[in-house]
Amino acid sequence: MNPDLTPEEKEELVNPKDRNFALRLATATDWRTGLVIPLLAIFTALLIGLVIIMLTGSTFSEAMGAYQALLQGSVGSLRAISETLTAATPLILAGLSVALAFRAGLFNIGGEGQALIGGMFAVWVGFSITGLPIYVHLPLAILAGIVGGAAWGFIPGFLKAKTGAHEVITTIMLNYIALRLVDYLLKTSIFQREGRNDPVSKNVEATANYPTFLSGFDSALRVHAGLFVALGAAFLIYWLLFRTTIGFEFRAVGANPNAARYAGISVTKVYILVMLIAGALAGSAGAGQVLGVLDRATPGFTANLGFDGIAVALLGRSNPWGVVAAALLFGGLRAGGQQMQVSASVGIDLISVIQALIIMFVAAPALIASIYRLKTPVATTQISKGWGS
Amino acid sequence: MDLELRGITKQFPGVLANDNVSLTAKSGQVLALIGENGAGKSTLMNILSGIYQPNSGEILIDGVVQNFHDPGAAIKAGIGMVHQHFMLVQVFSVAENVVLGVEPTFAGNLLNTKKANQEVEEISRKYGLAVDPKAIIENLPVGIQQRVEIIKVLLRGAKILVFDEPTAVLTPQEVTEFFGIVEELKSRGATIIFITHKLKEALAIADHITVLRGGKVVGQADPKTATQEELATMMVGRDIDLTVKKTDAKPGEVVLAMNDLTVVDDYGRPLLDSIDLEVRAGEIVGVAGIQGNGQTELVEAITGLIPSASGTITLAGVDITYANPRRIHKDGVAHVPEDRNDMGMIGSFTVAENLVLDSYYSEPFSKGVRLQRQAIDSQAHTLVKEFDVRPPIIENTAGALSGGNAQKMIVAREFSRDVPLVLCAQPTRGIDVGSIEYIHEQIVRKRDQGVAILVVSTELDEIFALADRILVMFDGKIVASLKTSATTPTEVGLYMAGQSA
Repeated sequence: MNPDLTPEEKEELVNPKDRNFALRLATATDWRTGLVIPLLAIFTALLIGLVIIMLTGSTFSEAMGAYQALLQGSVGSLRAISETLTAATPLILAGLSVALAFRAGLFNIGGEGQALIGGMFAVWVGFSITGLPIYVHLPLAILAGIVGGAAWGFIPGFLKAKTGAHEVITTIMLNYIALRLVDYLLKTSIFQREGRNDPVSKNVEATANYPTFLSGFDSALRVHAGLFVALGAAFLIYWLLFRTTIGFEFRAVGANPNAARYAGISVTKVYILVMLIAGALAGSAGAGQVLGVLDRATPGFTANLGFDGIAVALLGRSNPWGVVAAALLFGGLRAGGQQMQVSASVGIDLISVIQALIIMFVAAPALIASIYRLKTPVATTQISKGWGS
Repeated sequence: MDLELRGITKQFPGVLANDNVSLTAKSGQVLALIGENGAGKSTLMNILSGIYQPNSGEILIDGVVQNFHDPGAAIKAGIGMVHQHFMLVQVFSVAENVVLGVEPTFAGNLLNTKKANQEVEEISRKYGLAVDPKAIIENLPVGIQQRVEIIKVLLRGAKILVFDEPTAVLTPQEVTEFFGIVEELKSRGATIIFITHKLKEALAIADHITVLRGGKVVGQADPKTATQEELATMMVGRDIDLTVKKTDAKPGEVVLAMNDLTVVDDYGRPLLDSIDLEVRAGEIVGVAGIQGNGQTELVEAITGLIPSASGTITLAGVDITYANPRRIHKDGVAHVPEDRNDMGMIGSFTVAENLVLDSYYSEPFSKGVRLQRQAIDSQAHTLVKEFDVRPPIIENTAGALSGGNAQKMIVAREFSRDVPLVLCAQPTRGIDVGSIEYIHEQIVRKRDQGVAILVVSTELDEIFALADRILVMFDGKIVASLKTSATTPTEVGLYMAGQSA
């Protein structure tokens, strides 16, 4: 134990006074834990990534070349930046979904399912309605995505509130159900494209597509207006959490449900509302993918969005602006990884490894603190409160 | 073994936790170490148990200088700590907990359960610490769990036993039993250090008393001649009046009335059994009883936190039996809850946020859904000043406050609301003398403003100091209703134990 801590800090380490000390750490706004640890985590992960590249037979200069390609591919050109933003857009929304739930003491692992269902709703509105102008059709399709995701998020929220079923279990199970439901729906005549035997949906009408606002310069610039929706959502969630009575209730329930109940807050209502909004956010992430990038739905079209959202929320310390920053970083890694694969022939799998390392270090702040001999009072962190509550 | 500390000084960044502290504890005697929260008691004990190393000074056992570079060295030298918060594995048996870390084994690495049980039985017989080695910890009452902790340190050969606030979690009966154990240990030559801020207990059990304040030894006292007032004055550094000054109550209208109220647990067993009670405006009704006899449920039933099975609760004539907690709280009941940290506040929220924990949704603290930071902050500034919450920094998290100041914050929040009924459950549990004095004054002040007050406390002293009338709870029932002026602690104590006087 670090003998240089003051008695108060030590006491905090040994006997966290509030029972949600761990959650507070995962949602810390203190700059030491909120900024320094993530930055050091990223740096350390990149360093280990370098070692891994060299272990696979590259020289140091080749490995550095790979990182240069990574940087080039993420921010080195307008096209690179466009790719980074395109990849970051759904991550912001999925990350906000998980972050909001964290703040209320819930662990939403169901972002994947919520995004899938939201995406299916959006795709259906996108192809089945014709003849509407874009300013009616697109919002309608987005709204459909929000409704679909919210409905899928409502189920675990309701089950938790009414029966105490743990949301970690129910959201995982609902992910499987959503995944197979999409497979099934894509083979039905409502969704399946005419003349196709494989599970692929009809194409979204042009009037329901997010406009690609930079394609005037270069048709390869895929970044679309969904980015503004995502940033707007970040602002909205920040405002909701920290400026409204609703957010006050969410945070109170997350930090101490007993005290919240004592203060007259309906904990069950909060659980349902939080999961509803978290589902809506994930649903809009799925909708953004089909309306902005893919134009159609295919099996598993969300490509792990829900799980990447967990990573983004963790790295962003469940702060909406932190989530945006983390999503941009992961978007950049994704976009740069493509370039790295092409020009330095280092597999894009390395990106997954680096992402995983970052999350590992963020989740174990004590490790980072001891590597860099930080004197920050960090203890072991844990994400969820276990199965009991 | 005799223990001596000479000139112990421990400096933390910004805090001089121990300043040239010297004290002596002799074999077969009890040394009480008293002081307020933050006086340096815990730091001193952490030095003694090898967790901290002092910047200067030395520890001597039987005149030999010791060097405790880690907790293992202190244990080896015969020092045993019994912590306030027990370090027990809830799902393990007594014997398993006792031998944890020094397990007797056979055939290499297999746990010798039989030998472990024997070892525990041997110690419990020797010291009169009755406990079943095979019982599972989570099924045992707190007093017995404490015995397990004591057996744990005895098994490790402790001759110098340090008890950190040992009575804080015990019922009055368990305290008596605990004192019996201390006497037994004394008679067998153990050296005992008893850390407490309960002056009465220090006077009752100690052979010597050393008082700490601000990291320094500020005085010694002989328990045979010293009084509580003298000790309190030494501890706090100013004159303390332990008696609560109040005039006779002038009871008015009935504010709270419970009629034949019953609350049952999940299995239908009664937690509250046909309770009838009345609290009138301008009087303090004290509910005495040993922890766990329905007091918690009584308060939670009134506040709507647990459902009533039958009977009625009326507040100023309005039936609130089935009203939701928010309505009850908002319109009529201020509630200082029994569990400060787990219910009364949110440790990770700021002081300002905690001060509006139950009023954030109403004007002027919010308009529509928008929180009004300015109104919240200005209310907080006013309240921390009025109720003397220290430090008065409203942006700090509430978890950083000391127990007494956290309680003052909760009292500030609840007492600043204009409601006809105030419920105070264990209002001064585990807080320093200065804060106790202050909170008692506030309760009496509230009464004199014509508010009906129900105080639940397991401390008989507190009940007698505050209450105009006393109700005694036993086994979910009210077994006695007495006028404070016409009864004695002995009589109430008998009712508390379930005997009719």
